[in-house]
Amino acid sequence: MTKQPLIAMTGISVVYEGGVRALDDVTLEIARGSVVGLVGESGSGKTTCCRVLTNLVEPTCGTVAIDGVPLAEIIGRGDLAFRRRIQMLLQDAVASLSPRLSVSALVEEPLRIHGEPVAEGRVRISELFRRLGLPADIGSKYPHQISGGQARRVAIARALVLRPEVIIADEPTAGLDVSVQGDLLNLLQELRSEFSLTFLIVSHNLSVVRRITERTAVMYLGQIIEEAPTPQLFKAPAHPYTAALLSTNPSLDPGRRRARIVLKGEIPSVVNPPSGCRFHTRCAHVQERCRTNVPQLRPAGEGRQVRCHFPLAGTA
Amino acid sequence: MIVLRATWKILTQVARSFGGGLGLIIVLTVLCSAVFAPLIATHDPDRIDVLHRFAAPTLEHIMGTDHLGRDMFSRLVHGSTVAMTVALCAILFALTSGTILGIVAAFLSTRAERPILVLFDVISSFPSLVLALAIVGVFGASTSLVIVVVGITLLPHFGRVARAQVLTLKNAPFLEAERLLGASTMRIIFVHLLPNIAGPLVVLASMDIPLVITIEAGLSFLGLGVRPPLASWGTLIQDGYQFLSQSAVPVTVASVALGVATLGFTLFGEALRDAVDPRLARAH
Repeated sequence: MTKQPLIAMTGISVVYEGGVRALDDVTLEIARGSVVGLVGESGSGKTTCCRVLTNLVEPTCGTVAIDGVPLAEIIGRGDLAFRRRIQMLLQDAVASLSPRLSVSALVEEPLRIHGEPVAEGRVRISELFRRLGLPADIGSKYPHQISGGQARRVAIARALVLRPEVIIADEPTAGLDVSVQGDLLNLLQELRSEFSLTFLIVSHNLSVVRRITERTAVMYLGQIIEEAPTPQLFKAPAHPYTAALLSTNPSLDPGRRRARIVLKGEIPSVVNPPSGCRFHTRCAHVQERCRTNVPQLRPAGEGRQVRCHFPLAGTA
Repeated sequence: MIVLRATWKILTQVARSFGGGLGLIIVLTVLCSAVFAPLIATHDPDRIDVLHRFAAPTLEHIMGTDHLGRDMFSRLVHGSTVAMTVALCAILFALTSGTILGIVAAFLSTRAERPILVLFDVISSFPSLVLALAIVGVFGASTSLVIVVVGITLLPHFGRVARAQVLTLKNAPFLEAERLLGASTMRIIFVHLLPNIAGPLVVLASMDIPLVITIEAGLSFLGLGVRPPLASWGTLIQDGYQFLSQSAVPVTVASVALGVATLGFTLFGEALRDAVDPRLARAH
């Protein structure tokens, strides 16, 4: 990458009490205006990654930089200024709305927190509601009175009111039916160009990631094991785990169907991760070196990075 | 507006059951008589009329007179003011300080919250009446002292409930969402946390009111509560008890009033609990 990335995570590790290594040496760059997807199974560290970016969790080591400025320095200048730049959509939209506040109070809440004039903000909010396809009378309702799709739109409105640069969306489509999912994805893409947003989309819905992201990072046991432009990643995965993960995704196009790769065993514990390559216990192509040497994330052509001693053939 | 509507909804739900309706009527009656005591009382509660001692109930004195010829009805009505003042002030004191301590404890680490929890345990290990006796014995009887003593003994109730409520909500997604927007801890507590833990605390408060009424009456009966000639239900019972051999009317009237008020608040509190949280209904 020649341009300075908007967000650069370098060597981030998060170790919780009891030796749980939620993240281990994660390095990820997000270019301004891009849409990056983060995929992986439950417990692979996707959510922790978001929490580090939003400063809800302090990394044990490593740095996060925004526009080249370290996060600690940005926070030092004032927490509110930082919150204004990065907003996050939580996984459970209904539960992320304070239950005793009406929708209009909820959407005005960011303005009040940041000390912006609420009266002027109301104009912007009603414009946002119209843009998001929310009925005008929704303002007087309470979170338990609106549908899941509406709750998610309200959460988006809350995030957009402050005109952030980056939106981190944790499972934006979870729990929605397919037609609403489609609407929401279209909406996110329109909003992206309209508000020149940068997106980090966390999902285990591979179709969603494939459809809207430009680059995709795959996580396994707290590490990013492959990161590549989305089309290349889906066409020819280089890491055996990526290949296995993608093979689980059903496809309508027979030409794209691939043989299902079934992984053996359980995902190992993050308290006591395997030595060497973390995937070696379940990898079909495991060799002696994998058990002892930890592979590093290294470039593999076409803007791809992979953490594997023996990337799958047909790539690189 | 929304608070008023929610309150109205809960009150209608309380009134729907027999016990709740009866309790609501008694509570409203006692509250009205406490607030409008000077208007409701038919006589000056302290006017002595020795010619009409121990008068039986008549149209002039509907509940008779006591050993100094004072009108029992007026003294009861004024006594309700004392009972309600003590009860509401003590509960308010216990509710606010207990809730603050409970919230603070829930936000502190396990080690740091220990002193607060020990304080709760120490307070609740004292029998409240004995503690009140000791303190009043040292500092002398006064209404405000009764309020403080009773308030302190009830503080752990509210502290423990508030702490448990906050612990269940502490990691709720909506609080995290507010943190992501940059809300300060104070804002999170007052705007988002308090409205969601208020229900159980209000119910607890209403169920503790009869407790405070009886403690106050007990202290006044023992001569350690409000000072004579101020009319309190406890002193009325005491006065009647002293002259039980001459007339049973005053002691009966005062005792029945205390019993009915306590019963009313208890019924109301239980119905309120069922209305606010139906899951707790019939659990006991």
